[in-house]
Amino acid sequence: MRTETMTLNMGPQHPATHGVLRVALELDGETVLRARPIIGYLHTGMEKQAEYKTYTQSIPQTDRMDYLAPMSNNLALCLAAERLLAIEAPPRAQAVRVLLTELSRISAHCVWLGTHALDIGAMTVFFYCFRERERVLSIYDQVCGARMTASYFRVGGLAMDIPEGFLDRCQTFVDEMPAHIDEYEALLTKNPIWLARTRGVAPLSAKDALALGATGPVLRGSGVKWDLRKSQPYSGYEAYDFEIPIGTGGDAYDRYQVRVEEMRQSTRIADQAIRRLRELGPGDYRLRDYKYVLPPKEEVKTSMEALIHHFKIVAHGFFPPVGEAYHAIEAPKGELGFYFVSDGTPRPWRMKVRSPSFVNLQTIPTMIEGRLVADVITAIGSIDIVLGEVDR
Amino acid sequence: MPDDGTLNPFRTLAPPPAAAPAHRDLPISEADAIREEVERGVLFTSAEKLVSWAVNQSRANSIWPLGFGLACCAIEMMAIVGPRFDISRFGAEVFRSSPRQADLMIVAGRVSIKMAPVLRQLYDQMPDPKWVISMGACASCGGVFNNYAILQGVDKIVPVDVYVPGCPPRPEALIHGIMKLQEKILVSKVELGPLPSRKKAKGAA
Amino acid sequence: MTTALTPLRIEERLRERFPDAPFHRQTGEAVRDFTLMVPAERIAEICAFLRDDPELDFAMLSWIAGIDWLPREPRFEVAYGLLSLTRNTRVTLKVAVPEENPRVPTVAGVWPTANWHERETYDFYGIEFTGHPDLTRILLPEDWVGWPLRKDSPLGYEEVAFTHNTPHRMKPDPTLKKLAPKKVRYRAH
Repeated sequence: MRTETMTLNMGPQHPATHGVLRVALELDGETVLRARPIIGYLHTGMEKQAEYKTYTQSIPQTDRMDYLAPMSNNLALCLAAERLLAIEAPPRAQAVRVLLTELSRISAHCVWLGTHALDIGAMTVFFYCFRERERVLSIYDQVCGARMTASYFRVGGLAMDIPEGFLDRCQTFVDEMPAHIDEYEALLTKNPIWLARTRGVAPLSAKDALALGATGPVLRGSGVKWDLRKSQPYSGYEAYDFEIPIGTGGDAYDRYQVRVEEMRQSTRIADQAIRRLRELGPGDYRLRDYKYVLPPKEEVKTSMEALIHHFKIVAHGFFPPVGEAYHAIEAPKGELGFYFVSDGTPRPWRMKVRSPSFVNLQTIPTMIEGRLVADVITAIGSIDIVLGEVDR
Repeated sequence: MPDDGTLNPFRTLAPPPAAAPAHRDLPISEADAIREEVERGVLFTSAEKLVSWAVNQSRANSIWPLGFGLACCAIEMMAIVGPRFDISRFGAEVFRSSPRQADLMIVAGRVSIKMAPVLRQLYDQMPDPKWVISMGACASCGGVFNNYAILQGVDKIVPVDVYVPGCPPRPEALIHGIMKLQEKILVSKVELGPLPSRKKAKGAA
Repeated sequence: MTTALTPLRIEERLRERFPDAPFHRQTGEAVRDFTLMVPAERIAEICAFLRDDPELDFAMLSWIAGIDWLPREPRFEVAYGLLSLTRNTRVTLKVAVPEENPRVPTVAGVWPTANWHERETYDFYGIEFTGHPDLTRILLPEDWVGWPLRKDSPLGYEEVAFTHNTPHRMKPDPTLKKLAPKKVRYRAH
């Protein structure tokens, strides 16, 4: 009897590939022999377009990369540009950045959990998670006007100050969130169906994870203790008190536990950031270095020098020094880094985005070759990819 | 029922009670009374209008979208499935994964040049009647991205019925777009095929 | 190990191991990372040494980027961002690639993650990585012609149609007005 393998195309349009990902699977019955992810269906030419825009004009583009946690991407670009310019945002701006980035992390993990559970079959979690996400989106709405694509951070600080009463509303959310996380855990963590679908599924050893360049919960789920917020802190993270959850086995269940615990730790950090903001009191939300950062409107209307700086920065853009800089942050998906090559003009000569999902997606063949085809969905879900980031 | 002539195909033989003729005051015979009652209670229309109305109502109130989220707009599309902006009020919560079972394609997100042939193929695979909502700025006109990689508007490859602007459009905006599409469906003409004729020898009716 | 690895030490070890290779550090007004220019033909050996040496232990390749310096010679540069987790250090290696013969040996044998990074650099710039297991386009369609991120490739900007630059546009169809019902009353039930 002659047997043949079947080539199955998990096409770009699929309910469970979290976007337009195509995986070409070669199957022998239900066992996956070879898996080849094919990407590029959402390629947007962001890196080319960044060469034609100033640094500030590229900030809205970054919102559309990892669109589940847009503030993270904005932060990464602003920090990389600030590294190039050798400036630092004032403490109040840094605390607001930490607060909003941690809320993005919570919201991104909510979407991840909801869609991952939906793929595996648990629909209730989807509705619960999106309910929490709506709370975070309304917080974004208050601070910058847009639900999802915020573009709130600027090189040197924030676009505008936080509104009145914002900290109280954030505090309410942060106080209620741990109870919601308990709800999700009550539904999934000890659920025998969930355990059967995720325990021992899609394993990734620590050695493989390092060799494949995986970062974020994928790497931590495999047991490697590496988090940029602790190892190479930025934006004041060294002053916050939090823990990094580490998994043991490297399977989908470990990654799930790492992310849920990260949500709890993010709530903790957000709480501390709110307290820090109340302690700091009112202050500068943008650096007063008018060579690179817009002066506040009150000064623009009264001081001639500030007006000239404002005009120059808005009409032309700021002129960074000739050089290069790479800066990475710990985005919800992993290490998100921006590499700027500057030639002294307001437009970068090259902007390279090191996106975590692009690199993490390469772990798919290692995770599922030799396993069952139903585990492909679990694997893709547990890596937590966002195609906007993969394809840029 | 709304009294817009295009939407309401029904009319009654009897005039509305406000314009009742003077003979109401005179005693009328029983047979006449019964006849009037019947005329007021029976609706008259044409088969075409009735079927048109019924079919359009059912199509508009149970649109089945194709799950075609591409980028950020897809998350707002998922938000309308969520509990806050509930789309199942409009009968559209069943997002079909297969184009063969869907009748609305919401192009949610930027269409890259690699994805364009796939989109066209999916559109071709959808059975008639089908509608397309272009959600967001990127699908309508290229949006923020005007470069080599993004198709400047999905209407270059598929015919679009409703454009929903925004980047991303708020879920309420998308629901407004879906309601506009419902209005469009309600006024559209349903084409009935040729009716089968009993006398085949004489040719079709 | 908690003692930080200084850039000087990294350069020392590399010169020890490869005494005849022309390393030099990239200097510039604002070169914020420690960047070493290395010879292109020996990049694979150098990376293997950096990964395997127990003092350096650069276990992860973070990113690979191509840069096009169009009027300058050599035209391309490929930058490799390495990360050592145990020593908590980053280093950037740069390789100069001439335009006439844009070839660099692959480092996918050292870190499997380089596979997709090199495919992306090939896709954007046309730089060939010799020895790569599967050098095909990754982000653009397979049959795309050209290397989009090169400085002489156009952005592909399409002129946006406004009323002032489309004199021969179609007038809106007057019969379409009938489609919109005159008044829709939204009633709360």
